[in-house]
Amino acid sequence: MNTIQTIHINHYILLSTVLFCIGVLGVLFRRNAIIIFMSVELMLNAVNLLLVAFSSYWNDPAGQIFVFFVMVVAAAEVAVGLAILVMIYRNTGSTDIDVLNKLKG
Amino acid sequence: MTIYLFYFLSFLAILCGLMVILEKNPIHSVLYLVITFFAIAGHYILLNAQFLAAVHIIVYAGAIMVLFLFVIMLLNLNKETEPHKPIAVKFAAVISAGILLIVLVGALRSTNSLPAPETINADMGLVKNLGKVLFKQFLLPFEVASILFLSAMVGAVMLGKRDIK
Repeated sequence: MNTIQTIHINHYILLSTVLFCIGVLGVLFRRNAIIIFMSVELMLNAVNLLLVAFSSYWNDPAGQIFVFFVMVVAAAEVAVGLAILVMIYRNTGSTDIDVLNKLKG
Repeated sequence: MTIYLFYFLSFLAILCGLMVILEKNPIHSVLYLVITFFAIAGHYILLNAQFLAAVHIIVYAGAIMVLFLFVIMLLNLNKETEPHKPIAVKFAAVISAGILLIVLVGALRSTNSLPAPETINADMGLVKNLGKVLFKQFLLPFEVASILFLSAMVGAVMLGKRDIK
């Protein structure tokens, strides 16, 4: 398929921008820490999509390799983040991020 | 044909992405996020990144989302225990994200648009080519990624233990 020749690269940039902004909105909008993690995943995926689109545009496989490393970082982040979240739930009894204001002083 | 598929997948990704953050029940959010990931995998296939599409579905829909579902069910989160921000903060969040979107789209519109590429390599996203690049050009980052995974695994096990001596 020669999608990148029929669909202009600007369409992909626009789609990634919208998905990234939805992720930012999710981080600001919700108080549940799990939904915030999911919004971060959405932002990482928007960036991945743009990397693949430009990799296809320039015929350069390095962009797709970079997506693998982003996936590695995302998987490690989720593993550690959810472990921290379970610990927080054990100590405070909720996943509300506004409960975690002990560092405010 | 391709352009309709592109618009359909984009619409699906954006709609389900919005539903992820608007849905009250965390389990429904996870399921909508899985649909978003499948739409993005469809985009990867359209962009000749076939192996990446397979890996994306396996890693995200298969591993990460199952982990999310496990944690939500383990913590017994549902609609009733869901905390909510005050309406003013929600309004401010929508305004901020909207302004970010306007700035990024404005920056995109003011750039010179790139011409369509002359040649494309349809075999680039196959595992043969990606493997050659990964194990020749990017061998050191690959090994460093394994150390990152090991440390993340040790960290998760440490955090998950109930009492650390």
